[in-house]
Amino acid sequence: MDEVFAEGLSPIHRLDPRVKVVIAAAFSVVVALAEDFAVLLLAIPFPLVLIALARLNPKAVLKRLLVVNTFVLFLWFLIPLGFRGGELLSLGVLNLSKEGVIWCLRITLKSNAIVLGSIALLSTTPIFSLVHAMRHLRMPDKLVHLLFFCFRYVHVIEREYGRLLKAMKVRAFEPRSDLHTYRSYAYLVGTLLLKSSDRSRRVYQAMICRGFEGKYWVLDHFSLRRGDVVAFSLMAAWVLWLGVLQWGGIR
Amino acid sequence: MGRDPLIRLRGIEFSYPGREVLKGLDFALWRGDRVGITGPNGSGKTTLLHIMMGLLKPQAGEVEVFGQQRRQESDFKEVRRKVGLLFQDPDDQLFCPTVAEDVAFGPLNLGKKHPEAWKIVRETLRAVGLEGFEGRLTHTLSGGEKRLASLASVLAMGPEVLLLDEPTAGLDEETTERVLRVLAESDLTYLIVTHDKEVLSRATDVVYRLNAGRLHRLNP
Repeated sequence: MDEVFAEGLSPIHRLDPRVKVVIAAAFSVVVALAEDFAVLLLAIPFPLVLIALARLNPKAVLKRLLVVNTFVLFLWFLIPLGFRGGELLSLGVLNLSKEGVIWCLRITLKSNAIVLGSIALLSTTPIFSLVHAMRHLRMPDKLVHLLFFCFRYVHVIEREYGRLLKAMKVRAFEPRSDLHTYRSYAYLVGTLLLKSSDRSRRVYQAMICRGFEGKYWVLDHFSLRRGDVVAFSLMAAWVLWLGVLQWGGIR
Repeated sequence: MGRDPLIRLRGIEFSYPGREVLKGLDFALWRGDRVGITGPNGSGKTTLLHIMMGLLKPQAGEVEVFGQQRRQESDFKEVRRKVGLLFQDPDDQLFCPTVAEDVAFGPLNLGKKHPEAWKIVRETLRAVGLEGFEGRLTHTLSGGEKRLASLASVLAMGPEVLLLDEPTAGLDEETTERVLRVLAESDLTYLIVTHDKEVLSRATDVVYRLNAGRLHRLNP
């Protein structure tokens, strides 16, 4: 939950957040809709170049990819077996479908490309700037608030959880497979809910006491510099190229 | 305006489900007052401050701030721009990634422009002794630093009145001293809720004890 990639002085970090939000959105849409393997393979280097420019810690990036690919792994277990068409391999009742494998490959490439794109463009921006950029781009207020409060309160809940868990541990709690353990975990979740709702109420009260009326203001203002325009053009060209390859009918 | 108190409460009644807290409480805070309120845990001290800010609505009684009746949420918007409330737990108050952003949150809400907001941030941080803390991450601050940062975030709004909810609870001597110095150097009207006898004797002129739902004046 910590904004591990948000701090930095690289050209990517200093890029205008509005540019980053627009490109990240366009890139995600193109990749999500593209079906051609050539396009998907050409999509992967795009975020990789940006990540290299942002000098992000490769280990931390891999760790994030690992989380996504755990979910993807489940798909590899399910889809090739559940799909019909072009049996690659038959093991008794189990049929490994060629169509299924192709779909899985596509999903794997797509999800990794999109996650890498978000890491490169969105994670390198502090949440406040993202929220501010979204406002500048005329996104609905409610959507913007939803994003901000999700971030804010998931963070709060996580900290509360850590505190409660420590309090349990110092009283010699060790998870076992018995009723006491299950009950204790249920209490933990219940308390967590109550405490989080209480705290979120107080945070909101503190915000309105300081004149919050539904609008976020950012201390550092954006101004579109020449570098931003150049970077925007280059990145937009790459995304456009992917789109043309997929739907342009050139090949 | 001169003859009206800044804050006046009349016949305030407030209860939480199954528990009556305030029973016909009267109170007035005048310009230049330095008031302390003490009282047992659960006697409604925080509730009282929250009623003044319009965060809680009393079941009966009148809340008058700056000479005007305040009843609805919209009445309290002006109150919150001019009255600063320091929360009991700084973690409730600090919510921005960096100290500078948190201190600037109020001034920006008040419509201050950026150069001006930055100036306020620097000046306020200097006033509370947190010079150079602008870029620090709020969640990595120590307990004392969090308290001072949240105090700065309230002072940055340039309030006319300050309501402080246990401002020195859990602080070491040095940080307590700093909070007291900030209060002494300001010419603000303020109201402190505290159990700290030293704070009461050094920073306040009048002390009330909240007990059984009403305020009782302790010193003459």
